[in-house]
Amino acid sequence: MQVGVGLPNAVPGTAPGALVEWARRADDGPFSSVGVVDRVRYPAFDPLTSLATAAAVTRRVKLTTMVLIAPLRRGAVLAHEAATLHALSGGRLVLGVGLGARRDDYEQAGVSYRGRAARFSEHLQTLRSWWDDDASPSLLVGGSSDAAFARAARFADGYVHGGGPPRAFERAAERARAAWFDAERPGEPRLWGQGYFALGDAAERGREYMLDYYAFTGSFAERIAEGMLSTPQAVVSFVKGYADAGCDEVVLFPAVSDPEQLDRLADAVSAL
Amino acid sequence: MRVAVAGGGPGGLYLGLLLAKARPDARIEVFEKNPRGATYGWGVVFSDRTLASFREADPETYEQIVDAFALWDVIEVRYGDDVVRCGGQVFSGMARRRLLDILQTRCEEVGVTLRFETEVGPGDVGDYDLVVAADGIHSRFRAAHAAALGPRIVEGRARYVWFGTTCPFDSFTFVFRPAEPGLFQAHVYPFDGSTSTFIVECDEATWRRAGLDAATESESIAFCEEVFARDLRGHPLLSNQSRWLTFPTLRTRRWWQDRTVFLGDAVHTAHFSIGSGTKLAMEDAIALARELTRKPNLRAAFGAYELDRKGVVDRFQQAARESQQYFESTARYMDLDTEQFVFHLLTRSGRVGYDDLRLKDPGLIDRVDTWFSRGGGAGGRFAPPPAFSPCALGPLELPNRIAATSAVTDSSSDGVPDARVAAAVDRAAGEGAALVVVPDVAVTPEGRTTSGSPGLYDDAQAEVWARILKRPSAARLVHAGRRGATRPRHRGLDRPLGEGAWPLLAASRVAYGANAVPAEIGRADMDRVREGFVAASRRAAAAGFDAVVVDCARGYLLGSFLSPLANVRADEYGGAIEARARYPLEVVAAVRGEWRGALGVSIAAFDGARGGVAFDDVLWAARQLRRAGCDFVEVTAGGAVPGAVVPYDPYTLPSYADRIRHEAGIAVLLGGAISTVGRVNTLVASGRATLCAVMPRRRPSAAPA
Repeated sequence: MQVGVGLPNAVPGTAPGALVEWARRADDGPFSSVGVVDRVRYPAFDPLTSLATAAAVTRRVKLTTMVLIAPLRRGAVLAHEAATLHALSGGRLVLGVGLGARRDDYEQAGVSYRGRAARFSEHLQTLRSWWDDDASPSLLVGGSSDAAFARAARFADGYVHGGGPPRAFERAAERARAAWFDAERPGEPRLWGQGYFALGDAAERGREYMLDYYAFTGSFAERIAEGMLSTPQAVVSFVKGYADAGCDEVVLFPAVSDPEQLDRLADAVSAL
Repeated sequence: MRVAVAGGGPGGLYLGLLLAKARPDARIEVFEKNPRGATYGWGVVFSDRTLASFREADPETYEQIVDAFALWDVIEVRYGDDVVRCGGQVFSGMARRRLLDILQTRCEEVGVTLRFETEVGPGDVGDYDLVVAADGIHSRFRAAHAAALGPRIVEGRARYVWFGTTCPFDSFTFVFRPAEPGLFQAHVYPFDGSTSTFIVECDEATWRRAGLDAATESESIAFCEEVFARDLRGHPLLSNQSRWLTFPTLRTRRWWQDRTVFLGDAVHTAHFSIGSGTKLAMEDAIALARELTRKPNLRAAFGAYELDRKGVVDRFQQAARESQQYFESTARYMDLDTEQFVFHLLTRSGRVGYDDLRLKDPGLIDRVDTWFSRGGGAGGRFAPPPAFSPCALGPLELPNRIAATSAVTDSSSDGVPDARVAAAVDRAAGEGAALVVVPDVAVTPEGRTTSGSPGLYDDAQAEVWARILKRPSAARLVHAGRRGATRPRHRGLDRPLGEGAWPLLAASRVAYGANAVPAEIGRADMDRVREGFVAASRRAAAAGFDAVVVDCARGYLLGSFLSPLANVRADEYGGAIEARARYPLEVVAAVRGEWRGALGVSIAAFDGARGGVAFDDVLWAARQLRRAGCDFVEVTAGGAVPGAVVPYDPYTLPSYADRIRHEAGIAVLLGGAISTVGRVNTLVASGRATLCAVMPRRRPSAAPA
């Protein structure tokens, strides 16, 4: 299993320079990828633009969206943008796509919330027909519904989980694999996971961010915040748990944007 | 703040007292239409001991509630002449009246005003800032706000009635008693040391045959006392304004409107067999009181409350639905041996499996193992787990109940299996399964899924298969139909080949997703393809396959005949199931005529899309397949159209397999999300499957880089 690190593209107050610095340092570190999230309504940098910027200052790491809310964009334009980023980055894009969890992202984007699932499936078809099989980004589908697993099996190269303890990942991965084999796809689905971290003194600030970012989930936000990795031991236990659960790559997203967090995470991950 | 709580059941009272503690500024009145001390319900049962939230919410009442509990850790099943006690099943119960006493007293302690014999409706609460509708399944407030709330009620199919009894039962007890009009079952739970709730349930037809639709309460009691005479041992059934009911499952889109918020049975119900109604109502009260304290206004509090509780309630309703469906269909299982009947009952929802039960009650599971491995005969004390009992599929004897499907490959040329096919078969054979199922073996060149699919349509192919097979193996014979001529599947399914594509054949001119529109297959091609299946089975014999599986699922050619979503023919091969199944049955019969090994057929239990195949039609087809000499069916789902949704949970597909196996009387090979021996044990011992296809082992995850 590989371990990637998220960029703080949706942590309010992140300076543009800090985002670039994160990407640069992640490329120097023990990380396999840099990830971004997608929120239109929340103060955030746009995911593909952030990754394009990261691409320019990195050579090695994969560039991953976890996930990009596909129905907010036009299918062919998204296919074009993703293919461009993939080509210009030297083949490093991993496009994770999903429906997103918030209605207000759709409202903000001026896109109908109704019918988003059907539009999403059309987009996936468009991406596949637009791209050249041999030079296309890795495509991952996220979500937790039966339909999400079916879409991943039908169109994608794998499944990206939305976060949670290793056991939750394992259950979702089992369903993703069942859908995959039942659909008679060759090989194995790529399985990606994710978590949040804020280490040392930053833990409390990280917690506040999580509560704010996930406020739309009600009191569930507290459980998400509790799952945030705030110690090196928690990081090691989480990563090993994901490895045991069959994860191919787990991306740890920062809940605070201080670049020194990257060093702390690198230390913890190096101990694995 | 003035608060009106409509309904003085456990949920309403608990909300009142919690809110009074948290918001001393609130003036709270609870309105209850019945007098103090009256209650129309015997005991309440809590399905587990996770009452930690009660302790946190109000330690005073928690202590009293726990003191009043009857706790038991056995489920007793009475079936035929047998009484089976299943250990490790913790439940707790108490008299509803005692629970109300505790909550009423505590309400008054903290300053809540209780108004008995006062019913309030939507027209009576104009002066209140907040209205909590805890007025039960027949909520007047919900009726008044129905347009905004979007309630949906689904009535259960069974009839049931609540009684009490003084006959001492010591644990949660399920009683199954066949009588002249049909099967009657009782759900019994003790609650106060001397009384038990005694719920009698039967299906509608039985209820009418017994004349209970026209019976008075005392006639019903007399009837039930006779049916359950050996269980009641001379004790009477006690009346409780007992009427025969159907169980209404209520789901509500939205749980609040303006300043009125709903909790408990007023917005959601869950079948009594999982014993969660009171627990859910009281947990609602905890969440609502918390949010009302924490959030700045009602709207925010209601929203947070609904968000918090809806997911939990959905999960319980799902479990309740599964349990309810089981109890509505138990008559189907009256021919099972006791061991299997009990095991099937305990694993009804898919949430509890063989491994859980072995931990809870090892002796019971030893008994199940022994029973299973002796083929129902008695004798011996120890036996291997069911997954490792031998079975026979027609002439094919297998040492265990596990099948492994080899991976599909798209790199063969001219249908001749290549090194990747060999490697895939090798890998599957190396897992220790009794049977390797080789998927996607084409019976004609145009029946291939991709240009790289292997086949059995010429002798050269058969010779290669003979070299790579690890016995015993099954070839799943496929004509891909409208899913043919696609690009290799490593980057997605059903993408038309474009250059080099061949014309497609299907039941009707209905395209599969973006794939090309197929031609409607005519009689000449039907003959040719049928002979392709027969010739492929002949070659399968030569190649050393022990079984063939004719694929009538997955949206392939034969599957496209069975599904009304893909078959719109107006001739004798389209329309009703007898017509839609005509050609698939013709092919199966023709193969049976030549093939001497084990014969299986893949069928879809459901299409997973609106307008898909009816399950009665699937059952009909399965019975026909058995009569046609088919030895087993492979039960799958989805596939008829792209975008079909198949829940890969431990419940859905197994419950269809269960019905196919029992009602069509045919062996079942079941796949889906099965990856552990424990799951195989669960499915096989319960009789839901004869054997299971397990998923490939997950790649070992190397240490993180």
